Amino acid sequence: MFSKKKTFFKGVIDVLPLMIPVVPFGIIFGAIGIELGFGPYLTYLTSIIIFSGASQIVILQLLSAGASSLVAITSSSVVSTRHLLYGAVVNQYLYQLPTLWKIGLSYLLTDQAFAVSNEYFKKYKDNKYKHYHLVGSGITLWLIWQVTTIIGIILGSIVPDELGLTFTIPLTFLALLVNYLRNLDHLIVIILSGTCSILFFDAPFKSYIIISSIIALLGATILLKFKK
Amino acid sequence: MNIWVSIIIAGLINYLTRLFSVLVINPKKINGKTKQVLIFVPSAVFPAIIFPAVFFNQEGSLVEINDAKVIAISVAFIIGILSKNLVITILSGLLVFWAITFI
Repeated sequence: MFSKKKTFFKGVIDVLPLMIPVVPFGIIFGAIGIELGFGPYLTYLTSIIIFSGASQIVILQLLSAGASSLVAITSSSVVSTRHLLYGAVVNQYLYQLPTLWKIGLSYLLTDQAFAVSNEYFKKYKDNKYKHYHLVGSGITLWLIWQVTTIIGIILGSIVPDELGLTFTIPLTFLALLVNYLRNLDHLIVIILSGTCSILFFDAPFKSYIIISSIIALLGATILLKFKK
Repeated sequence: MNIWVSIIIAGLINYLTRLFSVLVINPKKINGKTKQVLIFVPSAVFPAIIFPAVFFNQEGSLVEINDAKVIAISVAFIIGILSKNLVITILSGLLVFWAITFI
């Protein structure tokens, strides 16, 4: 039998392996915020207000590089546009929930929580408490993100650059794709998106992520049509 | 514009993007084809974060093909296919990266 508590803790446990890269990512973000000169309060509150690592790093980098607020906000928003697609996917399973629940869950809908909870929703469609899985994974991620941001702020510049901890960012996103790597269709879409991101890297407002994603999704649509 | 205001606006847009997709998009009106395409979302979005982080250096120029990051991500990619394990994939990439950088 499913219960709220069990489903919540399943979410906590399922998301834990993804915390291994989130820990250094959070520490890096905290340290980068201090290094770029934003001070502890602004750096920390960014983790609460935006709560999305990639968007946070983009906006702080651009603001510190002297970009205008408009460019920095637009770039950060473009990076976060991927969440639009995540919401559409999980909404297949959550559409019957009351609006208040959706308002709360939307805040917790991050890359990692999406990845594990979406897998859970696919497997356990009939669990009427399945949204508690996203609460569990989302809150776990939120807590770890806040704590590691604080650790990063404290450590500041102590973390040696040579360790190359920023490299855990692409490694994390690659690891999130392991379940798709053996599938030829997904591999084609992955290579298409990656190639486009290199070609369009200099597109204005750091829009290469959304441009590449749209082209890759169009590619996926064409692939699916060919299959029929 | 004040930096605080910029962060708050960025945070609001970020949150409203998630909220909009959850509140407004009616999955009953999404047909089977759209659902099939949506399965490809991670494969379409994540590589656009992975590739530039690996193939460009901090100055924004393309790195050499024998760069530590390129070799390490290639190993992690193969290990990922073989193991299908998230933690092993990350650790393998990081260990190879450190091995090339420090040895």
